[in-house]
Amino acid sequence: MSARPLAPAAILRDAGLSALVAFGLFVALIGLRLVPTDNGLALEQRWRALLAIVGAVFVGRLLMLGWRAWRPAGAPTPRVLAESIRRSARWVAPLFLLLALALPLFAGRYVIDVGILVLTYVMLGWGLNIVVGLAGLLDLGYVAFYAVGAYSYALFSTTFHFGFWTTLPVAGLLAGLWGVLLGFPVLRLRGDYLAIVTLAFGEIIRVVLINWTSFTGGPNGVSDIPRPTLFGLKFNGSGDPDTFAAFFGVDYSITQRFVFLYYVILGLALLTNWVSLRLRRLPLGRAWEALREDEIACRALGINVTVTKLTAFAIGATFGGFAGAFFATRQGFVSPESFTFIESALVLAIVVLGGLGSQLGVALAALVMIGGTELFRDFAEYRMLVFGIALVVMMVLRPRGLVSGRVPSVSLGKPKEIAADLVAQGRG
Amino acid sequence: MQTKAGVLVAYALQQLINGVTLGMIYGLIAVGYTMVYGIIGMINFAHGDVFMIGAFLSLIGLTLLAGFGMTSVPLALAISLAAACAIAALYGWTVERIAYRPLRGSFRLAPLISAIGMSIVLQNFVQVSQGARDLNLQPLIPGGMAIFEENGFVVQLSWMQVVISIVTLALLAVFTWLVTKTPLGRAMRACEQDLKMASLLGIDTDRTISLTFVIGAILATVAGMLFLLYYGSINFFIGFSAGVKAFTAAVLGGIGSLPGAVLGGLAIGLIESFWSGYASVPYKNVAAFSVLVIVLIFMPSGLLGRSDVEKV
Amino acid sequence: MTAPLLSVEHLTMRFGGLTAVSALSFAARANQITAVIGPNGAGKTTVFNCITGFYRPTSGTIQLHHPEGSSYALQSLAGHLIARRAKVARTFQNIRLFAGMTVLENLMVAQHNTLMPNVVSGLLAVFGLGGYRHTQKLAIEKATTWLEAVGLIGRADDPAGSLPYGQQRRLEIARAMCTDPALLCLDEPAAGLNPRESDELSELLIRIRGGGCSILLIEHDMGVVMRISDHVVVLDHGKKISDGTPAEVRADPKVIAAYLGEGDEDETPADAEEAA
Repeated sequence: MSARPLAPAAILRDAGLSALVAFGLFVALIGLRLVPTDNGLALEQRWRALLAIVGAVFVGRLLMLGWRAWRPAGAPTPRVLAESIRRSARWVAPLFLLLALALPLFAGRYVIDVGILVLTYVMLGWGLNIVVGLAGLLDLGYVAFYAVGAYSYALFSTTFHFGFWTTLPVAGLLAGLWGVLLGFPVLRLRGDYLAIVTLAFGEIIRVVLINWTSFTGGPNGVSDIPRPTLFGLKFNGSGDPDTFAAFFGVDYSITQRFVFLYYVILGLALLTNWVSLRLRRLPLGRAWEALREDEIACRALGINVTVTKLTAFAIGATFGGFAGAFFATRQGFVSPESFTFIESALVLAIVVLGGLGSQLGVALAALVMIGGTELFRDFAEYRMLVFGIALVVMMVLRPRGLVSGRVPSVSLGKPKEIAADLVAQGRG
Repeated sequence: MQTKAGVLVAYALQQLINGVTLGMIYGLIAVGYTMVYGIIGMINFAHGDVFMIGAFLSLIGLTLLAGFGMTSVPLALAISLAAACAIAALYGWTVERIAYRPLRGSFRLAPLISAIGMSIVLQNFVQVSQGARDLNLQPLIPGGMAIFEENGFVVQLSWMQVVISIVTLALLAVFTWLVTKTPLGRAMRACEQDLKMASLLGIDTDRTISLTFVIGAILATVAGMLFLLYYGSINFFIGFSAGVKAFTAAVLGGIGSLPGAVLGGLAIGLIESFWSGYASVPYKNVAAFSVLVIVLIFMPSGLLGRSDVEKV
Repeated sequence: MTAPLLSVEHLTMRFGGLTAVSALSFAARANQITAVIGPNGAGKTTVFNCITGFYRPTSGTIQLHHPEGSSYALQSLAGHLIARRAKVARTFQNIRLFAGMTVLENLMVAQHNTLMPNVVSGLLAVFGLGGYRHTQKLAIEKATTWLEAVGLIGRADDPAGSLPYGQQRRLEIARAMCTDPALLCLDEPAAGLNPRESDELSELLIRIRGGGCSILLIEHDMGVVMRISDHVVVLDHGKKISDGTPAEVRADPKVIAAYLGEGDEDETPADAEEAA
């Protein structure tokens, strides 16, 4: 990271070596492509593509090192950029809130739809932030609770015809209950053992969802999930008196439903945010942070470590369940495909990228990662590739995330921000 | 009655053979996880994808040699394995160099996320460059022997299974020798004990860590080729489930312990094979993961792991 | 004679084949400072870890009798209950503060059980229910009192990890005191302190004893031990070799032999006497 500037000859040499490595990496996998034919496999040759990528690596490396060597004084480094984000947090957060509230007034259906998606991940990120960011417990299976929430809502609403607003709390509670059930046996495990066991739980739930066909519908999932209603008013174009359009005497447009869904998820996300912020300033949240800092010291102070961890797990799971229920009602259909490990990884990446424990950072990270990959929608094939590269690059540039300082939960005088390098990330 | 018991024994024996074979492949991948974890304490999520890349490189090599008209199967296997290992080693080295080394000594979660990112990159890179379809290879090492037959049930030991066992055991022997007897192995063990101290004592830790990734990638490539030959079908996604299970194996055996990785691999292979044989195929992963959870609850450091006594 | 607050009977702790503490018995009386001394590796910290629940003893009992009558068998009490119910607080040889939290937050975490008697009340507080505001005010007051007592009031809003070493030691003691302990166990509180800081520490401990809290102390700084202890227990190789007032222990030939046999790094009690 803190590479010293190189002389031109050394830069050229380094770029040449990089190109050589790139040639080695890509000669077989890009230069040749396996094509199934009638009698076995054949190889298609693509030397031009290979040449292009090796050349790109050479030029890219040249530019990168050149930039480092002759960077104009005062050009913003990632560190400076992040500093300015941090300092401007005071007005950035309200500004974002205002923008989020006003978005449906000026945006079209597509943007609102992307907004819904981003907000779903903001909410998931804030939920997981309680577990990972505050309590320092590494959960790689958060998607399990998302799935429990989604399927609870799907099954309750299709089997018993419960409405969205009655099923939502039920879905959250069930997810929270699962959090306790799964958490109880595993929370005495530490660090990466906890990580792999939570990952395992995520996979177990997915496998069960796929195979327990009579209950979950198997790989086909559950469809025809009722859409949410506004005090009993439906969003459709049937013209019935109990539809939103007929009741308010406006013309029906599908955008109305999107706007409604948008505000529902915005409300849910803000609820998550409010509860997290509030808990942080209360003994429970402070105990979570203390646990992240030093579990042994917590025990010596008489804090019941298991119960404290369980509450973090359960509350995080509850919010995951809410988000899952929302997901189910938005899609109108759920299937196990939506709940793969990659979802857990995505949410965790948002939390870490945002800066552990930082609410604003998580929101920014969700916007960048989800909104950003949405830009690549037309290049669907490359979308995940770009996403992965972005993940690595952002982590290398900002290992502590976008917004990394910690604001004290209580103070005698004016609270001073605590530098990130003092704050632990937890071993649990 | 006699023959019925005989069939049961034969059936169990067949599951045992299949389980051990599968377990060997998991073990080879698990060694890579456990080595990296032992030295720099991170879960190298991209390791499963290096295994997948190893399998693809092997298939490309074999197809290329077949295209050149090579008819000797052993020679083709040897050449393509060597080439695949060389290129996959470069992948292992590059991944460490660009995604992990800048984060060394950083916070625990940063390398983990970077590793997940790298795993996504490798997976999608292969999907984009080689397509998403399953690619099939007709069996190169066909046949086998019947160990015994009981009332119509034949216990089969295929030559492929023999090859897998021999290759794995030979490789593990070489690897054990490397770790216990060579200067490189000594450097690796020193880095595992205390990275900072090792560096103060003049060990080139960067080089040692790079070599650890290179060795891990080579073992994974061998596993990838064996997987390709055994199942005859690969796609860009095989790295995920094999990787997760190999990592599970490493944790089960006690992460950081090399014999533990092999033992854990065998355990996972056996659980999967017996569960598929006696209970239900779809739930074999659930069985493997459940065993992991249960073992960890009672033995929090895995089967052979050093128990991590909290220093107060 | 005051009644024993803590009585350790036949305490044995084995790790595999190694016996760290063997059939140790001693008592610590209420309103006294009891010091446990001994050469490195004598098993002092192991005894501490048994008392505070971090190790389960192989055999033996550890009884704590509160002056008002309740008593606790510490060897079988769950780790966090030793602090919560039996009111035994401790510090650590290598300081364990919540480095990324402020000094004040450290003291607030110590009052966790007062602030949040159970999870339900903790969750109700989210909605402003359960009279939390008042308890919080009291907790801040108590924290302030202790910050003044240890001279850290000016650093209340600084992260604990940014304090110099001596201040971190004092903060850890203040944090332990915020749990309202009956017995305060200090693991080498004077380690790494300069002479002036050691003197301040001695005064602080005497004040804490004056406030009605008994102290169990592991210490290598014989100056501190001899000056403030009411009672000294000497361990060597996991066994008790002497037990008595500082003067008695200092004169015990077995103690001198143990220290001289150990050699270099530790001051002998006799040296300390001359130095004092």
